[in-house]
Amino acid sequence: MRLKIASAALAMVLAAGTQANAETLKFAFQGTYNQLDPYSLNETFSLSMHGNVYETLVRRSADLKIEPALATSWEVIEPTRWRFHLRKGVKFHNGNDFNADDVIFSADRVRAEGSDLTQVLSAEVKVEKVDDYTVDFILPGVNPILHSEWENWPIMDKEWTEANDAVKVTSASDTNPNYASLHANGTGPFKIASHEPGVKTTYTVNDSWWDEKQHNLTGAEFTPIGSDATRVAALLSGELDMAYPIPVQDIKRVDNNAGTSALTGPELRTIFLGFDQRRDELTYSNIKGKNPFKDVRVRKAFYQAIDVDAIKAKIMRGLSEPSALLISPFLFANSGDFSRYPYDPEAAKALLAEAGYADGFEVSMDCPNDRYVNDEAICQATAAFLARVGIKINLNAQPKAKYFAKVLASGGFDTSFYMLGWTPGSFDSYNILKNLNNCRDDKGTASPFNLGGYCNPKVDELTKLVLSENDEEKRNALISEAYTIINNDVSHIPLHQQGLAWGVSDKVTVTQRADNKFLLKYVNFK
Amino acid sequence: MFGFISRRIAMALVVMFVVALISFLLFRFVGDPVNQMVGVETTPEQREALRQRLGLNDPVLTQFFRYIWGAVQFDFGNSYQFKQPVADLIGRRLPATLELSFASAIFALLLGIPMGVYTGLNRDSWLSKVFLSVSLVGISLPTFFIGILFIFLFSVTLQWLPSFGRGEVVQIAPFWDTGFLTASGLKAIILPAITLGLYQMTLIMRLIRAEMLEVMRTDHIKFARARGLPNRSVYYVHALKNTMVPVITITGLQLGSIIAFAIITETVFQWPGMGILFLQAVQNVDIPIMAAYLLLTAFIFVVINLIVDLLYVVIDPRLRTERGRA
Amino acid sequence: MTDNTPTVSGSEVSAASRSALARFLDSDLLHSFLSSKITVLAAITTLGLMLAALFAPLVAPFNPFDLAQISILDARIPPIGMEWSDPRYLLGTDDQGRDLLSGILYGMRISLAVGFLSVAFAAVLGISLGLISGYVGGRTDAIIMRIAEVQLTFPAILLALLIDGIASGIFGNIDRETWAIWILTFSIGLSFWVQYARTVRGSTLVEKNKEYVQAARVIGIPAWIIMIRHVLPNVLGPVLVIATINLALAIITEATLSFLGVGVPSTQPSLGTLIRIGNDFLFSGEWWIAIFPGLALAILVLAVNLLGDWLRDALNPKLR
Repeated sequence: MRLKIASAALAMVLAAGTQANAETLKFAFQGTYNQLDPYSLNETFSLSMHGNVYETLVRRSADLKIEPALATSWEVIEPTRWRFHLRKGVKFHNGNDFNADDVIFSADRVRAEGSDLTQVLSAEVKVEKVDDYTVDFILPGVNPILHSEWENWPIMDKEWTEANDAVKVTSASDTNPNYASLHANGTGPFKIASHEPGVKTTYTVNDSWWDEKQHNLTGAEFTPIGSDATRVAALLSGELDMAYPIPVQDIKRVDNNAGTSALTGPELRTIFLGFDQRRDELTYSNIKGKNPFKDVRVRKAFYQAIDVDAIKAKIMRGLSEPSALLISPFLFANSGDFSRYPYDPEAAKALLAEAGYADGFEVSMDCPNDRYVNDEAICQATAAFLARVGIKINLNAQPKAKYFAKVLASGGFDTSFYMLGWTPGSFDSYNILKNLNNCRDDKGTASPFNLGGYCNPKVDELTKLVLSENDEEKRNALISEAYTIINNDVSHIPLHQQGLAWGVSDKVTVTQRADNKFLLKYVNFK
Repeated sequence: MFGFISRRIAMALVVMFVVALISFLLFRFVGDPVNQMVGVETTPEQREALRQRLGLNDPVLTQFFRYIWGAVQFDFGNSYQFKQPVADLIGRRLPATLELSFASAIFALLLGIPMGVYTGLNRDSWLSKVFLSVSLVGISLPTFFIGILFIFLFSVTLQWLPSFGRGEVVQIAPFWDTGFLTASGLKAIILPAITLGLYQMTLIMRLIRAEMLEVMRTDHIKFARARGLPNRSVYYVHALKNTMVPVITITGLQLGSIIAFAIITETVFQWPGMGILFLQAVQNVDIPIMAAYLLLTAFIFVVINLIVDLLYVVIDPRLRTERGRA
Repeated sequence: MTDNTPTVSGSEVSAASRSALARFLDSDLLHSFLSSKITVLAAITTLGLMLAALFAPLVAPFNPFDLAQISILDARIPPIGMEWSDPRYLLGTDDQGRDLLSGILYGMRISLAVGFLSVAFAAVLGISLGLISGYVGGRTDAIIMRIAEVQLTFPAILLALLIDGIASGIFGNIDRETWAIWILTFSIGLSFWVQYARTVRGSTLVEKNKEYVQAARVIGIPAWIIMIRHVLPNVLGPVLVIATINLALAIITEATLSFLGVGVPSTQPSLGTLIRIGNDFLFSGEWWIAIFPGLALAILVLAVNLLGDWLRDALNPKLR
C-alpha cells in the first residue's frame, strides 16, 4: 500500500514535471456527440463521452474489472438487499455536494419514461436512503450482477437538475431538448466547456476532482469526422492526436507513418446475422404462404454457406475473430467448448434441398452501412456467398439511423434477414440470453433485441435460472446449456468479434479498453 | 426604373411564396411528424393529443400561414435528429458555408478573369492552350474526385494544408464565428475553397475569353484602336468593361450552384457548414432541416438574383431605357 | 406579364446569360485551339465507350452484378503489371473481388443509362412546356416561366438530394436496387428541363407571328401542328447542343449522388459508386479501385464535353 502511494506520488511529480508539455488533446470519432443528457441514448460512444464528465457508483478499470468510484464499498447484507457506502467530500462541477439524495434521484430518473438506460436498474428495485452517505438497494429476487451495468449509469446532481427544470429525460424521440441535454454537471475529471452537436465539443480539466489524476491534459477538443478518408488524413497530417475508428485497410498506413501508430485489439462486440422466425410469411421474400426460416435446416444452410475465414482475411484484414457464440470468449469462461459449424457450401445446398428449396429463394437483407467495421462489405460478401448456394439476397444497406428505425422494436421489427452487433453492457451472458434469445411478443417487451423473434421456452427457463444462480460454476453450466440449445437451433449466425483500431499520435499515450470506450482520464502527452 | 425594380421584387416574392409552399408541404406531409416524435408504444389517444397540441388538426391553410409566420421569425421547428431548433442549427453553420462560398467565389473571380482576358488576347500562346486544356479537364472531373485528390496530395503526401475542418475560429458577433482571422483558419479554407471554386473559375475564364474575342471584333474597339489609344486602355477599359455584363450574370447565377456544390465539398473536407447538415438530414429523413434548408437556399438565390438584376441596370445603361433584350 | 411587354425579367436575364454562355462556347475554340482531330478522337472515344457499355455483357469478362461469380478471396487484386496481379483481372479487383474492368463497363452502362434517360426526360418535358408556353402565351406562359424560375433555384444536386429524401420519407424503405435508377433519372432530368423550355419558347415566339402560321389558322388547320412542324426543326440544333452538355453534366451528377451515398446501391455499382468504394482504399495503397473508375468517368465526360463544344461551334453560323 505504501509502495502504491509512493508510486502514485512519483507519478504526480512526473505529471507535474511534464505539465509544461501538457496540451489540449484533439480527437475525432466517426459519429456525432448529440445530447449531453446521460440517460438519452444507450450507445457506447455517447456513454464514453459522458464518462469524462459524469461518474458512477462503480466503474470499470482499464481491464474492465468493477471497482469503487462514487461508492467506496458495498456489501450484500441480505440476499436481496445491497448496501452501498458513498464517497464523502465529492463535489459536482457546480460546487454542490454529492450525497444519497443524488443517488436516489438518479435511480428514479434513469428508470423514468424517456430513459434509454432503463436496463441498468430494474424497475422493481427499491432504493432507500439509510443516511446521507449510505444507500440500500432492495431487489425483488437474488441477482448477483445487480451492479454489472452501472458504469453506464451516471449520477446526476438532484438540485442542479431540478433547478434547471430538467428532471424529465430528453428521450431519443423528443424534439424539445431540456437544459441537461445541452449542459452537463458531473463529478468527473473533466467539464464540458462548450458543446455544439455535430460540430465540436470541448473539455476543460476539473481541478477539484476527488480521484488522483492519471492524465496530464489541460483540455480536450472533440470533432466528429464522418468520412473515413478525412479522419485518417487528419491523423496522418498531425492535426489530430487521436482518431477512431481507423478503417482496417488503413491500419498499416497509420503504423508506417512517422508520428502515428495504430492501436488494435479485440473488441467485445459480436457481429451476427439473424432471421425472422416469428412471422408466418416473410415480409421480404418471394416465398409466399410460409416462412423458410422457421425450418432449422434453412438457417443452418445459411450458416454453412458463409465463409467467415474469408471475411476475416479479405474484409477484416485479419482483424476479427470468428465466433461460435453471440458472446466474446473473454466474457464467458466455457466458450472453448463451442465451435462453429464448418463452412461447407455443398452441405448448405443439400440442407436447402432437404428443406424443399433446392432452387433457392429470394430474401431481402437489412444492413447498416455506418455502424460496424466494414458492415456493408460484410453484407455484400454474405450476399455473394449465399448466391452460390442459390439464395438471392436483395441488399438494403442504409445509414444506421434509418436502419435501426426499421429493424428495431420501434419500427415493428420490419426485417426478414439482418445484421446486428451486440456488446453485453453487463459483460455477462445473461444480457445476451435476455436481450437476444428469449421469446418476445410483437412489441418485443421480453426480449427487445431478439429482432427475428427466435423462441425456445427452454432457453427462457434457463435464462431465469441463470439470473438467480449465485454459484459461478453452476451458473456457467446453465449458460452453456442454453448456448448449446441456441447453437442447435441456429437462432442466429454468429460471425465474429470485430477488432478495435484506434489511431494515436506518438505524442500521446492512451488506454484502449476492450469495450471500445476511449476515456480522457487515461491520456498523457509524452 | 422604379417600375422595373418593383416588378423584380414582386417576382422574387412570388418565387419565395412558391418555395415556402413546397417547403411547407414537405414539412407537413412527408413523414408524419407525430410518428417521428413518439415511440411505437404511444397510444392513439396520446398521439391525438399531440396532434392537437401541435395544431396538426387545424385547416391546412391555417397551418400554412402559421408555418410562414414561423419561418419569417426564423422558427422552423425542431430537428428530429438533434432535438434542437432548426434555426439554431442552421444559424450556427451558416457562417462556415458563407465564408467558404465567399472564398471560393473570390478565388474563381481573381483567377478566372485574368486567365480569361489573357486567353482572349493571346489566343495562340502555349499558356492559353494550357489554361484551356486544364479548364476542360477541370469541368470533366467531378468535384468530389478533385477534393479527394487534393487531400491525398496536399494533406497526406506533402502535409502542407489541413484536410478537414475550419481550423481555429474567432467569435466576432453572437451569430458569427470567422476563420478569416487566424492562421489555421486561413490555411484550412484554402483546399475547400479551391475545390469548390474550380468549376466556377473555369466557367468564368471561358466566358470572359469568349466575350473578349467577340468584343475585340466589334467596331468600337476597332475605332478605339484606330484612334490610337494604347492597347492597355483598349483592352482593360473598353473591352473588359463590355464583358462584365454576362460575367456578373453568370457569377450571380453560379452562386446558387456554389451553395449546392458546397454540400459535396463540405462532405469531402468535413467543413462544418450547412451542406453537411443538409446531407445528414437527407440520409436520416430529418424533414424540418430539409424544409428549412430549401427555404434558405431559395431565399439566398432570390436575393442574389435580385442584386444581379439591379447591377445589370447599373452597368449597362442601355437597359434603363430599352427595358429589355431578347 | 405577357411576352409582348418585354421587361428584364429573370427569365430573360437568364436567357441572355444562356446566349452569353452559348456565345463564349460559340467561339472558334476547337478550330483555333484544339485541332479537329481531337473532336474526331472525342467522337470515337464516346462512341467506343458507349458501345462497350451497351454490349458490356458480351465484352466484359465477368458479370459483376451476378454475385455468384464474385469471390471475396479475389478481393483487391492489383492490376496487370503489378506484383500479385492475376491475369484474369486486367485492371485488378475491388474490395469484394469484383473484376474492375467488368465493373467499369457495367457501371458505365448505369451512368450512361441514367444520363440518357434523364436528358430524354428533360428534353421531352422542356420542349413540350416551351411549345405550350410560347404558343399559348399569356397567363400559361407566365406560370410556366415562373415555375422555371423557381426550378432554377434548385441546382441538380440539391434537387436530386431533396427528391431522394422525400422519396424515402414517403415510401418508407424503398427497394433501392429497383428504384434507385428511376429516382436518379427523375431528379436529374427534372433539374434540366428549363434550358430546353426557354430555347423552344423563344423560337416559338418568333414563328408564332409569321404569316404561314396566321394563314394556317385562317384555313382551319390547327396551328399548333404547324408550329410543331416548323419550330422543332429550328430548335433541333440548340437542343442537341444543350442535350450533349447535359449528358456530361448528368453523368457527373449521378456519380456525385452515388458518391454521396444516395445513388445506386453498392451491389449494382455505377462509376460514382465504384469511386466511393475505392475512396476508402486510396490511402491504403489500393489506388486502382478509385482511380480506374475515376479515369473512366473523366474520359467519358471529357469526350462528351468536347463533342458538345464542337457541336456548338459547328451549329453556330455566326462563326463561319
